Amino acid sequence: MNFLNNYIYYIGAFGLVFIGLYILLVKKNLIKVIIGLSILDTGVFLFLIAVGYINKGTAPIFSKTGLNPKNMVDPVPQALVLTSIVIGVAILALALTLAIKLYKHYGTLNLRKIKEQRW
Amino acid sequence: MRKIISAILLIIIAGGITLSLMKIPFGIPKTKVGEYYINKGREETGATNIVTSVVLNYRGFDTLGEITILFIAALGVGAILSLGRKRTDKKEKIEPTSSIVYTGCRFLFPILLLVGSYIFIHGHLTPGGGFQGGAIIASAFLLIYLSCPGKRVNEKYSKITESLAGLIFIVLGLIGLAIGQEFLFNFLPKGTLGTLLSAGIIPIIYIAIGLKVGSELTGIIDNLIEKS
Repeated sequence: MNFLNNYIYYIGAFGLVFIGLYILLVKKNLIKVIIGLSILDTGVFLFLIAVGYINKGTAPIFSKTGLNPKNMVDPVPQALVLTSIVIGVAILALALTLAIKLYKHYGTLNLRKIKEQRW
Repeated sequence: MRKIISAILLIIIAGGITLSLMKIPFGIPKTKVGEYYINKGREETGATNIVTSVVLNYRGFDTLGEITILFIAALGVGAILSLGRKRTDKKEKIEPTSSIVYTGCRFLFPILLLVGSYIFIHGHLTPGGGFQGGAIIASAFLLIYLSCPGKRVNEKYSKITESLAGLIFIVLGLIGLAIGQEFLFNFLPKGTLGTLLSAGIIPIIYIAIGLKVGSELTGIIDNLIEKS
């Protein structure tokens, strides 16, 4: 039980990563593959945030007086995750655009039926 | 067959990751860099939100790269969607939405714009910032696209807003390079901690980022809805 209390965020984060990887490996539909990519992204963000957490910590914002700097969580992973969320949105938009074009060209989103995409 | 092979592969990877993560303790005090930012960030940048001071001051160059990536993605979406597209002059018949949706969205639109602007103007004091505020503004425009079919954002003005916002960021950085020692040097007075007019150039840059992200995401939505 103690193990679960200590590592629940890591377990959740890597659970999301593995769900995303499984979707990427198994699913045929291109839209589902893109959804899997997005879930994988979310898992990585959760892992980075969890690495910076300290027990009973507060957000690194001095919004009122009397907050102890020693209790604040690490701001560096949060700034990195802010960057990577924006990049994730950019990747998602580009991938959906390519999916639209692919559907118009081949008439299907099934990756097994598109000859050039078969793997 | 594919499912079984993938599951076995993932179990092997999961075992390796579990073995390596057992060594990383959870919830202990942070790295030296983070501690330095938390202890010195308020005096050095004047922002109460330490994440903002990391994003825009200590790692400001990173943020410039980030908004460049978003800009290139928006450009790519527009370019790919208009590739090989025949121009059709005939107007499609527009079906109006129900009056409840229409009225509700018209009611929500200015409130969402206000919330988005509040979030990116107060980015150095409260949780939030330019990217979050920009996303809220883009969601306001998405609501208009969904509720009033046929209405579009004026592309000229959104392009002008986007270019001006990007220009403000780079020009402020270059002024810092000319006055101080480095790119994005905080040359304006820091002001009192915790007030709106503090932290030097950080609020100005965050307003620019908010406008840029808002217009870029609106452009992506516009391309995906109108050109596809």
